[in-house]
Amino acid sequence: MTVEILARVQFAFTAAIHYLYPPLSIGLGIMLVMMEGLWLKTGNPLFHNMARFWTRIFALTFAIGVATGIVMEFEFGTNWATYSRFVGDIFGSALAAEGIFAFFLESGFLALLLFGWNRVGPRMHFFATCMVAFGAHFSAVWIVVANSWMQTPAGYHLETMSGELLAPDHIVTPADLTTVRAVVDDFWAMVFNPSTIDRLTHVVLGAWMAGAFLVVSISAFYLLRNRHLDFAKASLKVGLGFAAVASILQMISADFTAKGVVRNQPIKLAAIEGVYETVPRTPMTLFGCVNPDTGTVFGPKIPGLLSWLAWGSIDRPVVGLRQLPSDAFLRAHHPEAAQGEMPAIRKSYWPNVPLVFQFYHAMIIVGVAMLVLVIVACLFWWRGWLFDTSLPLTRWLLAALVFSVLGPQIANQAGWFTAEMGRQPWIVYELLKTSDSLSRVVTANQVTTSLVLFGLVYALLFAMFVFLLTRKIQHGPDPEEDSKEMPESWKALIRTTPRA
Amino acid sequence: MMLPDLNIIWYILVGVLFTGYAMLDGFDLGVGALQLFVRKDEHRRMFLNSIGPVWDGNEVWLVTGGGALFAAFPQAYATVFSGFYLPFMLLLCSLIFRAVAIEFRSKEDWTWWRQFWDVAFSAGSLVSSLLIGVAMGNIVRGIPLDADHEFAGTFLGLLNPYSLLMGITTVLLFAMHGAIYLTMKTEGELLEIVSGWVPRLIGFFLASYFLFNLYTLVEVPWVLETVRARPYVFLVVAANVLIVLNIPREIHKGREFHAFLSSCTAMVLMMATFGLTYFPNMVLSSPEIANSLTIYNAASTQKTLGIMLIIALIGVPLVLAYTASIYWVFRGKTTLTKSSY
Ligand code: HDD
Ligand code: HEM
Ligand code: HEM
Repeated sequence: MTVEILARVQFAFTAAIHYLYPPLSIGLGIMLVMMEGLWLKTGNPLFHNMARFWTRIFALTFAIGVATGIVMEFEFGTNWATYSRFVGDIFGSALAAEGIFAFFLESGFLALLLFGWNRVGPRMHFFATCMVAFGAHFSAVWIVVANSWMQTPAGYHLETMSGELLAPDHIVTPADLTTVRAVVDDFWAMVFNPSTIDRLTHVVLGAWMAGAFLVVSISAFYLLRNRHLDFAKASLKVGLGFAAVASILQMISADFTAKGVVRNQPIKLAAIEGVYETVPRTPMTLFGCVNPDTGTVFGPKIPGLLSWLAWGSIDRPVVGLRQLPSDAFLRAHHPEAAQGEMPAIRKSYWPNVPLVFQFYHAMIIVGVAMLVLVIVACLFWWRGWLFDTSLPLTRWLLAALVFSVLGPQIANQAGWFTAEMGRQPWIVYELLKTSDSLSRVVTANQVTTSLVLFGLVYALLFAMFVFLLTRKIQHGPDPEEDSKEMPESWKALIRTTPRA
Repeated sequence: MMLPDLNIIWYILVGVLFTGYAMLDGFDLGVGALQLFVRKDEHRRMFLNSIGPVWDGNEVWLVTGGGALFAAFPQAYATVFSGFYLPFMLLLCSLIFRAVAIEFRSKEDWTWWRQFWDVAFSAGSLVSSLLIGVAMGNIVRGIPLDADHEFAGTFLGLLNPYSLLMGITTVLLFAMHGAIYLTMKTEGELLEIVSGWVPRLIGFFLASYFLFNLYTLVEVPWVLETVRARPYVFLVVAANVLIVLNIPREIHKGREFHAFLSSCTAMVLMMATFGLTYFPNMVLSSPEIANSLTIYNAASTQKTLGIMLIIALIGVPLVLAYTASIYWVFRGKTTLTKSSY
């Protein structure tokens, strides 16, 4: 295999594994804030107990999130050195800002959150919890800013290493890469590039869903097993409420994100929807499969839906891959190519259509399924059936909720694969190609070695994570610790006695 | 008055970040390296809990240092990390192992489980310290770069005796630093054990440091020339030796905190020695000196350096404030409680 493929596989693998954990920390972080807030507000020790139990789960995901994150931070330099040289002026500052503003905040206050129960008072502890959640969100902000800039670059210009300005329409060739670089000219335009806000909202909501459904899942499990009932009911209510809010908002945000892609990355949109021909009243395929040779998609279609979602009007067509990228673009990039070669060249600017189509549709299907599930669960809650485990229907629902934890994880992963594979062959959209951005001095053997190394280590980590999580769930919350070990300043808060 | 240029400011700031890393993560790497030298489970738990609340924050100095290097000197970031590819991947793996070992070890009480994670923690810490040292050694000695500033050497070339000696010196430095940190955090029997280590580790470190300096004068010709032109570097080295010798004195007087401060100062002085001699290089090329990356040809534009300076001016005081508060909240001897590891 070529270095390019290996390096891409390595990046995708390490990023995908990293991305199993931060969404949980981001989402659980908010849940912890809610639980501790409820404890301070109501003085019900049940909430204190909840906060402590979920903090332990949080600590576990956080540790692995950190361990896998460090790899990501340096991978740009190790595997994508040419890329790093080319965009360091712009991209590096977002990464550095993440360190200074997010990671320090998060790791500092995490110490108080985990070890501070007996060292600081309840209010200070609550503050620390808020700061940890805030820090986790901040890291999402900066990393998504960095990534969004790669999707929709803005606020920059090209110049030579010696500082000569290049024309805005300068086309970067491989030969340029030792002498040309992208430099920032408007920091805020870089930060708020055309896709930042949409994608950040979408990512954060995805993370909230991941955290909320983890709580929902474990609580539903306790209910089904008839264990820790008070704890489970209270956790389920908090989790389900938050999951409902996040899932509904996610649908709205998804619409904005997709509309953004229509405008900013039309090729990606055509690919993820499998649109080859430009036809008025462009239909949307609900699910199906793409035949890339004929450019057709099998599966149920709703006429005009895609046009309507994209443009708000069913008559305006969504441009298909056969017209993308535009003729003008191709002529500018390939001045010496003959007209007959154009279709083949055009294809080289398309991502892997069948794959991104499936990833994208997996995300949508899972997203809609999650929404239906929370709505049903809320109906049950409202009718008072949710906690009545003698009803067979309730047991089915709870069983579905136990598995619901997988949903956001699948959607998150599928979403990232859509976004990242959908922008190929570009690493920086329409500016720098992935194949040109590798480290020149790194060989296929080296990448293979490190890939195997990380494969083994991450497999071990993942197994450990699942094992320890299962053990923690089996162990459950311990009610004893409140009465015996709680410091006086905390005890003073207790107002009501637990029901059980 | 003329302001120093932004490149120099960033040379210093990146140096400050990596010095902060050495000073802070140095002691928890050192604690890790020493973990296997105590046998009782309770003692090992004390070791882990002494660094429990702070190690993650300490490691962020490395992450942020990396980010700052990327932003301010992207050419150096790209050259070093792609050039040191395999050693770097090993370093990342060691850091992963020690990070999760801290979290995992006390979750189960089977002997084999704890033993496994103790070894992972200790080996991870040792290998990380060693590789950090080896990387530094190569940076000091100079690595072969081509005209495009790309690394032109080999993996085995990075494992030269000089850099390995630097690696060992770093391991000893961190172990010494970690042991001194432990004297602040432990009491009773464990304190006695740990205090017993300190003088020996100081001895080992000083011997290695001395050898390393001698070797530098022989192996790295440019150092002698630079130091001749900048004689004040000698003063820094002398101050460094004095401050290290001050450590046993403080321990003897029972002032563990002062001993720790001395050890931190020693780290700062070592980095200062390096920074003052190395300036204005970022990555020295050897033998083709002309291909070196300096703080000018490796840097981002003035605009980015300016933006980054604003980010640093906002961020660094915040970081210092909460780092200091965390250390303050967790000051004093470590005690084991229910939420401990
Ligand atoms: C729980 C998580 C979750 C759920 C339920 C959904 N998504 Fe999503 N989606 C993500 C989590 C996510 C993500 C992981 O956060 C991504 C990856 C990159 C990004 O910016 O967000 C993403 C990317 C992403 C993209 C690509 C953005 C880009 O390339 O810049 C589009 C067009 C959508 N989503 C649209 C949808 C639609 C129409 C959904 C339908 C119902 C949907 N998402 C549900
Ligand atoms: C954490 C969630 C993420 C996941 C799951 C993810 C997934 C992927 C995947 C699947 C690829 C390979 C695409 C291909 O080769 O076809 C890729 C490539 C890449 N991604 Fe991401 N990505 C994530 C976040 C990010 C972020 C936040 C950044 C930048 C800040 C980023 C930068 C890159 C780069 C530089 C590449 C390599 C070049 C390329 O193949 O495009 N990724 N990622
Ligand atoms: C490819 C791009 C990425 C890089 C370079 C990266 C880098 C890092 C690093 C270095 C850490 C460890 C910080 C520490 O030591 O405390 C970390 C942890 C973290 N990252 Fe990433 N990351 C990437 C992708 C993402 C994405 C896409 C998100 C969220 C949307 C994210 C959110 C977090 C969070 C919240 C943490 C804290 C640890 C945790 O909560 O599990 N990261 N990341």
